[in-house]
Amino acid sequence: MTTIDEPQSVADLAASATDNRVNLDFETEGMTLNMGPQHPATHGTLRIVAKLDGEQVVSAEPVCGYMHRGYEKLTEVRTYPQINALINRIDWLGSFANEVPFILAAERLMGVEAPPRAQWIRTILFEMSRVANISLFLGDFGLQLGGMTAGFYAFRDREWVLNQIEAVTGGRFHPNFDRIGGLKDDLPKGWIADTHVAMDRLLAFCDEMEDLLVGNEIFQSRTRGIGVIPEDIALSYGLSGANLRASGVDWDLRRDGCPEGLVYDKIDWKVWTHPDGDCFARTWVRLQETREAAKIVKQLLDTIPSGPVMAKVPRIIKVPEGEAYVACENPLGEMGYYVVSKGDLVPFRVKIRSASFNNISVIPWVARGAYVPDLISILGSLYFILGDIDR
Amino acid sequence: MSQLSSADTETAEAPAIDEVRNDVLAAFSARLGDGIVGSRIQPGHDLWIRVSRDSWAATAEAAKQLGYTFFDFLSAIDWMPSPFGRDMDAQEDIVVSGAQAKEPQPMMQGYAGGETRFQVLARLYSINAKMGVTFKADLPDSDLSIATWSNTFAGANWHEREAKEMFGINFVGHPNLINMYLPTDFQGHPLRKDFPLLARRVRPWPGIVDVEPMPGVGDDEEGEGE
Repeated sequence: MTTIDEPQSVADLAASATDNRVNLDFETEGMTLNMGPQHPATHGTLRIVAKLDGEQVVSAEPVCGYMHRGYEKLTEVRTYPQINALINRIDWLGSFANEVPFILAAERLMGVEAPPRAQWIRTILFEMSRVANISLFLGDFGLQLGGMTAGFYAFRDREWVLNQIEAVTGGRFHPNFDRIGGLKDDLPKGWIADTHVAMDRLLAFCDEMEDLLVGNEIFQSRTRGIGVIPEDIALSYGLSGANLRASGVDWDLRRDGCPEGLVYDKIDWKVWTHPDGDCFARTWVRLQETREAAKIVKQLLDTIPSGPVMAKVPRIIKVPEGEAYVACENPLGEMGYYVVSKGDLVPFRVKIRSASFNNISVIPWVARGAYVPDLISILGSLYFILGDIDR
Repeated sequence: MSQLSSADTETAEAPAIDEVRNDVLAAFSARLGDGIVGSRIQPGHDLWIRVSRDSWAATAEAAKQLGYTFFDFLSAIDWMPSPFGRDMDAQEDIVVSGAQAKEPQPMMQGYAGGETRFQVLARLYSINAKMGVTFKADLPDSDLSIATWSNTFAGANWHEREAKEMFGINFVGHPNLINMYLPTDFQGHPLRKDFPLLARRVRPWPGIVDVEPMPGVGDDEEGEGE
């Protein structure tokens, strides 16, 4: 476990020592370690160039861009419905949640509002994406720290959610189901009862994870006190989602800036925070959020109104001139789209604010002074999806 | 449910005057004075403040003091109309095929105004006030540089690197302005409007066909959906 009081100052001292290639205290030589681009702990192609002094990290610099697909350029030559299919691929574990902020931004510019039933189903699918996404985090993080069982349980139980998403949208990973003005289709017959069963199953999974992972002594010693991010650092780096709430900031866009078109104000739920800011706190907050999301889904299923799922919109979507920034609390954190329209079929400019980009920009700060095995805990607990960093 | 309304949200939305955002704007004007050159309030939704390039760094400081401590994003906009046409067809191709070249579009800046081709924009949140503000600043073509925010908001570091490689904007005082995504020797700035999307230049995008009416629906182009 790290026992350094001021990682910043220790790291600065160590950095100057490494520059001289020799640590004066221990007479160790500095060394550069490349983690990735194909490291299992990086969920894809992220590379971390870590300068080490013995077992201690002196500096860690992420190298991005191995998966850069140029989405911001591509959006300028695609119509709004086409972009919807494209942005599914940003955070591929919670795809439906990617569509929602973009569709809501377009709806705000057009002055369209989806019918209540569509808003309900949107919120349900949004929260189900969160359950699918974060349940995999819990398993995967356990896997990275050596608890293989958690990984298998997560893949097994996530399938319950994906099956339900597939039943209504037709796609397990890339639903492309949200439309400007509503949804593509209504729910299939029997779906509500099945989803109740699936959510009960996931609630049981959360209990299981609480015992298996969070309650595990080895897990706690690998995560408690590791990678502490204080509140002011988290804010100035723009960390969002569970990473921010684990640093004690009570901020959730579902509650504090929910755009019209989602119905979080119609139900009773809670924002979870943790004061510690370490790897354990981030895992704990995510676990509680998964449970809360399953409860939100169950509440919404019981109150879902009847009616159409699509408002009247023109067949050819031309978005009036204007600018709008709409952000939602996605599974990974705040995801927003700054859409500039010139009244055309295609947007003039779309700035995609993705959560993981900000979330991992804190790595150079937080990894300094950590030990190499702790780097795995830190990377895993910050939880990023490569498509969400590189876009 | 509301139907299609005009883009003029000022009158269409419920509160015509947004006192909270007016107060925020007043607080920023008190600190920045002449530094603010334009603003726009969308009642109930958003606030845009355009500042002069010289007061960009002071804006970050003022925002932090006013409680806008959450750094959201920083980016840029190239307001030049695409030389490759708004309908995804290149003007060169039209001329070659013998058709009339289209009139070039006038350059029109967005909310809170603007005078130059490139604008930097950044967004900050106040956790206590539960509000976001978008800041903009004009950059003259002759000198595409602006002060860095990375001293005030550490998160701006990466965003400025991205804006640098994508738009070619220099952030003065940035500690390490290297490419974020692109290879080190990459030529050009991809998100500038005059940077061609080569795949589209080689083969026209057939996607525009998607929005043709379905068979049997009729020829009315703006026809309503079922």
